[in-house]
Amino acid sequence: MYRYDEFDAAFVHQRVEQFRDQVARRLNGSLSEDEFRPLRLMNGLYLQLHAYMLRVAIPYGTLSSRQLRALAEIARRYDKGYGHFTTRQNIQFNWPALADIPDILLALAEVEMHAIQTSGNCIRNVTADAFAGAAADEIEDPRVTCEIIRQWSTLHPEFSFLPRKFKIAVTGAPTDRAAVAVHDIGLKIVRNDAGEIGFEVAVGGGQGRTPMLAKVIRPFLPRRHLLSYLEAILRVYNQLGRRDNLYKSRIKILVHEVGTETLTQMVEDEWALIKDGPVELPAGEQERIGRYFAPPPFANLPAEAPRYEAERHRNEAFAAWTRTNVEAHRQQGYAIVTLSLKPAGGVPGDATAEQMDAIADLADRHSFGEIRVSHHQNLILAHVPRADLPDLWRALVALGLATANIGRVSDIIACPGLDFCSLANARSIPVAQRLSERFRDLDRAHDIGELRLNISGCINACGHHHVGHIGILGVDKKGEEFYQITLGGSSAEDAALGALVGPAFAADQVVDAVETIIETYRAHRRTGERFLDTYRRVGLAPFKESLYATA
Amino acid sequence: MPLLKNGSLVDDPWISVADGEPLPAEGAIIVSLTRWQKERANLIARANGLGVRLAAADHAGAIAADLPLLALIALEFPTFRDGRAYSSARLLRERFGFKGELRAVGNVLRDQLLFMHRCGFDAFEVKDTAAVDEWKQAMSEISVFYQAAADGRATAIQLRQQRRPQS
Ligand code: HEM
Ligand code: SF4
Repeated sequence: MYRYDEFDAAFVHQRVEQFRDQVARRLNGSLSEDEFRPLRLMNGLYLQLHAYMLRVAIPYGTLSSRQLRALAEIARRYDKGYGHFTTRQNIQFNWPALADIPDILLALAEVEMHAIQTSGNCIRNVTADAFAGAAADEIEDPRVTCEIIRQWSTLHPEFSFLPRKFKIAVTGAPTDRAAVAVHDIGLKIVRNDAGEIGFEVAVGGGQGRTPMLAKVIRPFLPRRHLLSYLEAILRVYNQLGRRDNLYKSRIKILVHEVGTETLTQMVEDEWALIKDGPVELPAGEQERIGRYFAPPPFANLPAEAPRYEAERHRNEAFAAWTRTNVEAHRQQGYAIVTLSLKPAGGVPGDATAEQMDAIADLADRHSFGEIRVSHHQNLILAHVPRADLPDLWRALVALGLATANIGRVSDIIACPGLDFCSLANARSIPVAQRLSERFRDLDRAHDIGELRLNISGCINACGHHHVGHIGILGVDKKGEEFYQITLGGSSAEDAALGALVGPAFAADQVVDAVETIIETYRAHRRTGERFLDTYRRVGLAPFKESLYATA
Repeated sequence: MPLLKNGSLVDDPWISVADGEPLPAEGAIIVSLTRWQKERANLIARANGLGVRLAAADHAGAIAADLPLLALIALEFPTFRDGRAYSSARLLRERFGFKGELRAVGNVLRDQLLFMHRCGFDAFEVKDTAAVDEWKQAMSEISVFYQAAADGRATAIQLRQQRRPQS
């Protein structure tokens, strides 16, 4: 993991004091709310429906056990005893008091964390594949790139007042677990024919009211030019992105309006002038940062773990869990374990302080003290010896974190919705809760197979509904909560935006509608087809028919 | 409007002339880019200093060729949320080598001073005289910089490399 040196440590502490002063000036009235707003936003502080919300960055989704314990302590001391893990590898606290924020930031700084650039019209916390450094198909650990970008983008003097927020995601593997196609910039680490490592650079993806998939503007960028190329993209966007209309201010609209070819040309022209200039990393810096992400000291384990095999034969619940929540690791004898934050009837992404403390202990015992946050709002122990899996599973069962539903219908992404968010049209969390109750039977969920069900409470799409295999969007119909359903979206390497299936459903019909969709899929599927495959083959028609024919 | 330069309030010898207003007979003047482009020949003939004011939407490249004739460029912040002038400032300093006064005008607030200074601004039209203390604070509250810009401050990477001559 990256560790702060004296420069990073000095920086985050100065930043805390700077914000303490800004909060004091807000509280004594010398800053207006309008002037304070961008300052607090650059420190992750939102004003929500009921209270302030603090969003803390978990860079590239990696946490040490010590950091997770600090988050648990903040949840206990300054919040209501829980935290909410988000789709952008952040954690949110929903109930802190403004006057406590500087102390919370100080507690974070003590464990090398911060809330910088988790909101505001700047370059946001950079996200990565949650299986980084562990995935069997990885070309290179994307966190090295993310850390380089994190440092370069931190308080960037030119790019702190962009037309709109700017999100960058990086995947180091061909299997895309970072949703790079729906980011302002999506970087995919690739190898060229000469065997050199570089990036495929895509620009202009995003969700919200105008969802778009990112367009590749450069198939291969040599690694050493990462920062000059990013600076070129950001400069073009800062100068030309629209500032007259909030809804048209993301880079995706600029790409759309000028065209991919023109945008590519503008970026390349700007890049030609700054390439090899002072923005580039000096020799050795990539390697220096890379050393922080060296693999942990793996043991030389046999491929077979008899304890694990025996338990799998004896214990069907355990076996089911290994099929959904355990993935292949690049290192022989190890596995990647996903802890489900999606129990039946629960709030997707919420974890209590006690769970966080217990997970930190389990990480110390079984996974080199490291925890990951996935964009599906689950937690991951990335380096678990296979022989430890039975013990780990029992501990997770006791904590309510072993629901065997990863990638299944009840592994739902949901935004905070009307329960917390002032922009919401409808509630998301109760819909997620009712759906996970309806599909709580795991045998049925396994029969349905891989399914991504995503829910947003309004068109801002924080719950990624556009890229859910089934997407649910809260809309307002004459003051009542209704839900539109889209089908066929994906945020993975086969990225696609969902298509609207038809008129919206009332709150008390939406769970039945999802069930009808799933039954329609089961009636039409061919052997081995996922929901998405069947949908792509048969299209919307059979779903429309079963949903609306009887109505 | 008080003018902050090098950390103190100074007298402002420049007269900012709106489009359509008559030019003063003498004295250093700042005109808009449009006016500069229209009346360039007349303006160059004046004896005193010349400055051009760029609106946020104006591209720095539009004035690049004339920089040797100019002692001042003013960049407008119509609101502090509009960050286009940061790019213009860096381009003027780093790409076009402008050495004259680079002045921030408009909605110039204390919490943006450091960003502006890093991008190459050296003069600021501020709203009141409290700016001197605010400037001192703004320049001292952060001492670690993660990226090269127009200000020449050492970056964290440079400092790390000096600390470790070999590694
Ligand atoms: C409750 C406070 C929140 C507010 C007020 C809020 C507001 C917004 C707004 C206005 C947008 C649209 C931005 C645009 O299109 O330019 C947006 C997009 C988004 N938000 Fe939130 N959000 C909140 C919470 C969250 C949470 C909890 C998450 C993570 C679970 C999240 C993740 C996202 C994502 C992934 C997007 C889509 C980004 C894109 O447009 O490409 N937000 N949010
Ligand atoms: S999608 Fe809408 S309702 Fe949900 S958190 Fe985002 S802004 Fe709020």
